[in-house]
Amino acid sequence: MSGSSIEAVNLSKSFGSFAAVSNLSLKLEGTKCIGFLGPNGAGKTTTMKMFTGLISPTQGKALINGVDIREDKKKALGSCASLIETPEIYPALTAREALMMLSELRGVPKEERTKRIDEALGKVKMQEWADKKVGSYSKGMKQRVNVASTILSDPQVIILDEPSTGLDPRGMSEVRDIVKSLGNRLVFMSSHLLSEVTEVCQEVALIDHGKLLVYDTIENVTSRFAGDGGAAEAGFSRDVDEAALSRILRLEGVDKAEKSDPRHLSIRFTGGLQAQERLFAQLADMNIGIVSFRETSTGLEDAYLSLIKETL
Amino acid sequence: MIAMSANSQGGNARVSSLSQMRIVTKYAFLNYFRARRFYVMLVVVLLISALLTFVAAYYRPATFGFGTPSSQNPALTFYSAFWGSVPTLVVLLSVVFFGGDAISSEFQNKTGYFLIPNPLRRSVVYIGKWLAALGASTLILAVFALISLANGTYFFGASVPYQFVESLAFAWVYLVSALGLTFLFSSLFKTSIISILTTVMLFLIVFDIIDTVASVVAGIEPWFSITYAGGIIANVLAVPFPLHSVTQAFGRRFTLTTFNAPIPEALAIMAVYFVVSAALGLWLFERKEFTS
Repeated sequence: MSGSSIEAVNLSKSFGSFAAVSNLSLKLEGTKCIGFLGPNGAGKTTTMKMFTGLISPTQGKALINGVDIREDKKKALGSCASLIETPEIYPALTAREALMMLSELRGVPKEERTKRIDEALGKVKMQEWADKKVGSYSKGMKQRVNVASTILSDPQVIILDEPSTGLDPRGMSEVRDIVKSLGNRLVFMSSHLLSEVTEVCQEVALIDHGKLLVYDTIENVTSRFAGDGGAAEAGFSRDVDEAALSRILRLEGVDKAEKSDPRHLSIRFTGGLQAQERLFAQLADMNIGIVSFRETSTGLEDAYLSLIKETL
Repeated sequence: MIAMSANSQGGNARVSSLSQMRIVTKYAFLNYFRARRFYVMLVVVLLISALLTFVAAYYRPATFGFGTPSSQNPALTFYSAFWGSVPTLVVLLSVVFFGGDAISSEFQNKTGYFLIPNPLRRSVVYIGKWLAALGASTLILAVFALISLANGTYFFGASVPYQFVESLAFAWVYLVSALGLTFLFSSLFKTSIISILTTVMLFLIVFDIIDTVASVVAGIEPWFSITYAGGIIANVLAVPFPLHSVTQAFGRRFTLTTFNAPIPEALAIMAVYFVVSAALGLWLFERKEFTS
């Protein structure tokens, strides 16, 4: 399945005088997962809608596997499945019928349809509801069927716009597992959950105000933009008194320490992993009852905040 | 059997637009058939039929052909009274129930987000849904036609006047045309209730006002009105077919002119309505954007 690509060429979309996406040029290719990040209103969904024919670009091209979606939508989307926002399914159809409709429309071989539908519904844990009308489903259940619809036709390219929306924590975890299992495909996924992107994606593209800020591997983005700051939460077996707090504040690399409750401290520090290791050891040596130490920021989060702040 | 080309993509065959249209029609019809509104529509038609059957069986009125000499074709009089003006109402309700929000709901209910980002043309969805709505509406119209036939056969024998068959055919053509117009309004708006209300207002009030103002007030033939053309459904059951224009004098100064569309003209009006509204509706749907 090599040769898969998604490419934006000077892609722009304006709604009246508001430029939602502005001259976006981005080429994603290969078999990997690319996280698409940006604040609300940055242009992520608008970009994805242009790639799926839901809206037309004001100018520029949206290409999937080299085919312009406006010139030949059937060919462009023939090997691409997507989940944009939270689609609704015809309420009087069952999940099995809705997926059968899609598999017929997408040309899934007749002899494989039932098997693929069962597999897809199995992956999203919806087998028991397969023959019940979609109108009786909860929002999360509908989203599970929507996720199933994206893997049904074995596409080369998958576009996912915040696929975890509406799902409970278990559903989110299952979606992450599904995306991770799509190893031999090109997955382009927007999300506000940076931990989710860090877990399942190898690369990230970050946009703001409709413009691309950076596109690179997560490691490169983190090392270039995250700086050496970090944050952690420390838990104690007894209340942290003011004396202990002031001692912690005087430790090397600690910028800030404050109580989130009497037995928990939020600590911000600089100095990277070395400082983190030293801090953990020093807290243990202080004999103030430390029982847990958990990193609370990811490099990607710091890079994201740094980049978004820079564009404000 | 689905027609597929040899141009395979990702292990799947490329499905022709015609086959995709059939698929959309099949599942949209299934959705209509199972939806509550189909049964509401069926109940409405059964209630109308029950009321007319009760009137015919209990009162046996002369307007239904009872007591009419056999030389004056009492069966035709019966069909004229039982069937005559009901199809336009059935068509109106059907197009509102099945077509009023057929396209606008794709935007408002977000079902379009499930269907449109697939390798198919938007016209496939539009025409597929139109055909499904036509199928559901035809089924409802057929139920009323069968009940009319059953009553006519019971009261006046199996000899069905050919005018009834013509009227049924005209009712179906009217349905095709009205559904085309309804889909245009449905693709004009993104809100279901607005597209439904617009359709209802248009067919129940606006066209009637236009017909009346044009013919009675201005003395102009309302050749531009689809409901005027729909008059042939009832008129074809009248013997002789009503004159194109009838002017009645009220006193010395006031005259009232009413128009009846001849069959070819009425069919032409319906055809133009269908072609123009279908082309416009498709054009609008192709360009409409799925924005939140």
